[in-house]
Amino acid sequence: MTKSELIEAVSQKLNNFTKKDMELIVNSIFESIKDALARGEKVEIRGFGSFRVKERRERNGRNPRTGEEIKIESKKIPFFRVGKELRDRLNK
Amino acid sequence: MTKVDIVERIHENIGITKRDAAMILETVLETMKETLERGEKIKISGFGNFVVREKRERKGRNPQTGAPLTIKARRVLTFKASPVFKSAINSK
Repeated sequence: MTKSELIEAVSQKLNNFTKKDMELIVNSIFESIKDALARGEKVEIRGFGSFRVKERRERNGRNPRTGEEIKIESKKIPFFRVGKELRDRLNK
Repeated sequence: MTKVDIVERIHENIGITKRDAAMILETVLETMKETLERGEKIKISGFGNFVVREKRERKGRNPQTGAPLTIKARRVLTFKASPVFKSAINSK
């Protein structure tokens, strides 16, 4: 399922909104999660899961082509943990 | 950030009532859960992919007692953030 298929499916369930509005709203949902994480906040969606930022430490690596040693800077990655309700539904 | 804050954000951005925003958010989440329950993956461009993975049964140990146990076959949900999401978190 892609984002446009998700928008389509939701529009069919709630037909008092236009597809255009639904598109703006669905985008706004994912944008707000992204923005919260960019601010360093955690996002908890009960029944679905939670998103937070994990930090990868700086480490030494090697350029695989030249063998030259390089420093890989620390970086942040978005991390998702499935919520209990969804985990149970996936396994029932 | 929780669902309440996401509802607030949709209300401010789009101008629909909080009640409608909450109803749409719930419908989006429920549609996503139903899709994942069917084992189908969800690709949200600019955000990331949710993929259901089948795990085989394997042997493990209770980390507290060291007692051997069997970890049953199960389905887990993984999230891989899109490059856009990752760079949003690392900029600034």
